Amino acid sequence: MAEAIERSKVEDLHLVNLTKSFGAFTAVDNLSLTIPAGSFFALLGPSGCGKTTTLRMVAGLDQPTEGQIKLGDKDITTLRPYKRNINTVFQSYALFPHLDIFENVAFGLRRKGVKGKAVDERVNSVLELIELSHLAGRKPGQLSGGQQQRVAVARALVNNPDVLLLDEPLGALDLKLRRQMQIELKRIQSEVGTTFVHVTHDQEEAMTMADTIAVMNQGVIEQMGAPESMYELPQTAFVANFLGQSNLVEGRVSGSEGDNLVVDVPGGQVRVPKNRATDHTGKVVVGVRPEKMWVVASSGQEVENSVRGTVIDVAFTGVSIQYTVESEWGRTISCFEQNLDVEKRVVVGENVKIAFEIDNTFGLDGGEDLEAGIEQIDPDLESDGE
Amino acid sequence: MVAILSQKSSGATTTPTRRGRKITPYLLLLPGMAWLGVFFIIPLFSLVSTSLMQRVGIDEFAPAIQIANYTNAITEYSDKYLISFKYAGIATVLALLIAYPLAYFIAFKSGKWKNFLLVLVVAPFFASFLIRTFAWQTILADDGFINQLIAGFGILPENRILATPIAVVAGITYNFLPFMTLPLYSSLDRIDPRLIEAANDLYAKPFTGFRKVTVPLSMPGVVAGTLLTFIPAAGDYINAQLLGGPNDKMIGYTIQTRFVQMRDYPTAASLSFILLAIILILVMGYVRKAGTEELL
Amino acid sequence: MTKTVTRPSLAHRANFWVRDHLIVFYGIAALIYLFAPIVVVAIFSFNKPEGRQNSTWNQFSTDAWTNICRDQNICVSLETSLQIGLASTILATVLGTLISFALVRHRFHGRSSTNLLIFLPMATPEVVMGASLLALFLTIGLPLGPVTIFIAHTMFCISFVVVTVKARLQGMDPRLEEAAQDLYADEKATFRYVTLPLVAPGIAAAALLSFSLSFDDYIITSFNSGTTVTFPMYVWGAAQRGIPAQVNVIGTIMFVGSLAMVLIAQAVGRARQKR
Repeated sequence: MAEAIERSKVEDLHLVNLTKSFGAFTAVDNLSLTIPAGSFFALLGPSGCGKTTTLRMVAGLDQPTEGQIKLGDKDITTLRPYKRNINTVFQSYALFPHLDIFENVAFGLRRKGVKGKAVDERVNSVLELIELSHLAGRKPGQLSGGQQQRVAVARALVNNPDVLLLDEPLGALDLKLRRQMQIELKRIQSEVGTTFVHVTHDQEEAMTMADTIAVMNQGVIEQMGAPESMYELPQTAFVANFLGQSNLVEGRVSGSEGDNLVVDVPGGQVRVPKNRATDHTGKVVVGVRPEKMWVVASSGQEVENSVRGTVIDVAFTGVSIQYTVESEWGRTISCFEQNLDVEKRVVVGENVKIAFEIDNTFGLDGGEDLEAGIEQIDPDLESDGE
Repeated sequence: MVAILSQKSSGATTTPTRRGRKITPYLLLLPGMAWLGVFFIIPLFSLVSTSLMQRVGIDEFAPAIQIANYTNAITEYSDKYLISFKYAGIATVLALLIAYPLAYFIAFKSGKWKNFLLVLVVAPFFASFLIRTFAWQTILADDGFINQLIAGFGILPENRILATPIAVVAGITYNFLPFMTLPLYSSLDRIDPRLIEAANDLYAKPFTGFRKVTVPLSMPGVVAGTLLTFIPAAGDYINAQLLGGPNDKMIGYTIQTRFVQMRDYPTAASLSFILLAIILILVMGYVRKAGTEELL
Repeated sequence: MTKTVTRPSLAHRANFWVRDHLIVFYGIAALIYLFAPIVVVAIFSFNKPEGRQNSTWNQFSTDAWTNICRDQNICVSLETSLQIGLASTILATVLGTLISFALVRHRFHGRSSTNLLIFLPMATPEVVMGASLLALFLTIGLPLGPVTIFIAHTMFCISFVVVTVKARLQGMDPRLEEAAQDLYADEKATFRYVTLPLVAPGIAAAALLSFSLSFDDYIITSFNSGTTVTFPMYVWGAAQRGIPAQVNVIGTIMFVGSLAMVLIAQAVGRARQKR
């Protein structure tokens, strides 16, 4: 099936000092990024962070205020969208309502001058790839959301682009369908080998699908890397809070023990491995993810790091039990325990000791805003930072 | 295309900001707006200047500023203006009363027949305005079925319908009905039926729900409809000519005869301008009172 | 113990039935009211009037239908109306469409004034528009005739075209044009393959509306026609002498023709959705 779409000679996509300002508002701020050829790259961030604006500049639909976009060695910054070998899957699909599915998919090929049988062959094989050959004669209005989404992908892919851009393509789908499409897209990408740049605000989606994730906030990239390393070792509070959840506390480095730093925090001390801390002196922020913590059963047990507190909420989610604890750190922390032992359930109001391993602890710069990246209900943020 | 509740126009966020692009809208606007400017706006100025001219011979006029034209026109024809506005006003109210239930029915209770019914409501107006009105002449004729029926009740002042104000108002109402129905339908159709459900959920009886939710929300349509009906009706004279008697002539007819037959241009022009001015004043007062600025 | 259910009385049920169906009665009455004149026009097109006045039924005859041009003036005026209608429709549609694109797809200063200027002709009494145009033509010395009628008709049709096309254009997703460009269509190709096909129904509707407004216009035309006779002017002039049944024929044809066009267009639109 993938033979219908020849493996393109893909090259790296370079964004160099890319800036986009709308009057006084800077949507994308001096962004530099290299997207490796053939990778599934996710650009992750909250609404208004500038990720869609970045995508549109790569597609050519918006012009950068400053900076360059290069495909390999070729500078494509000023090229019009129809001159770039880059195609987009739009958030609302943007299928042409007056054309049937076949013609929608064939649109790009025809504009490029491909004629006759060649068009038929390529369109039909890509329709097979997305398993919608039987709907080729229908109009977009007659298809379901999931089907439309697949057609949108096919319409872009059939042109064999150097880069495929996806602007939150799964946003309008329900949960089950979204999961299916995530797997589907991942499969297609690995078969075809085109560079995929996927923009999303759903961190689970990004981690599931992407080889590389770049977390974006207010026009800049906070951190970039493979999903696992990004998750296990965040380097800013924003990433720690946006990607999954974190418990953060401010402290001061008071010494070192071998490979670990000793940090004074309200109520006691916490140890952080030096190679997991961004700052080794003065004020720092220490963090640990809730699923890495557990409630200490008996008081005599030896633990590496710990904190005491009072349980103020217990939530049973099926796979886990989630405790909210008012801790001696002066902050509310979360502790997620896997649902293994039915008897060992803690109740609201109980005083507990929460433990976690040193190797699961990470350290951030002292000046970090502990609330950064936590999803707020902000009525002002509507569109995606255009 | 399905009408969306929010009428936000799709803005120009897609146009790239390149130097040459900025003049495109003006180029697009130029021919049409120029035509309107030359053949709608400028004529209004011509109208004013003509209205101030003075007669210097038979069919000859010199540019002047003869305000007396206006004062004479007002004193001589004030009764015609009153008649015109009276007939137009009554017809507008009647049209509202007739069109509202009709529009309501089509918007809320017509289901899959909605588009077909809309066509039906507008369809009579595919036939010529004049021909329709002549048909009413036949229908309302003295020896016709309708007149015989109603005259039997003895409620008609002159024992006939034709050549009375009743016929004129009836004709105006009929002829301008779609101008009332369509805007009403448009704003009623936009009302989210769930709002009425919410009102019922909050203890409102059906008629109260209608009064407190539907009617206020349909006000933009009511304002638009009444304006689009009243304004042309005030200037119409065909209904009065065909269906009215010698005392029912409306100001439009006076203007037309003065201009075309009698060639008394200054008087005719001032009559015209006065009509326009009164309408503008009435409209502005009405719109301010109704409180809706979203006519456009 | 069995529960007894009291049935509502006959009067009560009748009351409910009437109230439920009140709206249907009203609808039927309204339809009769709306179509009465049309029916009369159609019926009398088959009349052979005794004298010159076609106001009382005399005898059935298809004479008027088979001899439409017996009175040459009818057909001359028809032709004039058709020619002027066609010309002013074409020009008004072009000008109005250009304006619509400017209003919907571009940002510019003076947008609200533009909207106002377009709205004004729709809200001005025809008498005033006709009179002021006549004043202009007199002032500049332009002789009255088909040209002045054409100018006037184009003028008042533009606004209606703008409103119609604008509505259609606003309903169109702007992302579609972006998608087209993303798929290798330059500005010309985007317009040709995406924008135009999607706006076309609106433009067609605007053209039809324009033509019917022009064809049916009496008041403005009467001010600016000079010696030229359009169809409505013929009808008005014939009123004194007696309107021939052929006029009814034309009225009926106009009605049936327009109704058919609209219903067919609707049916085609629905069929296209399903295909």
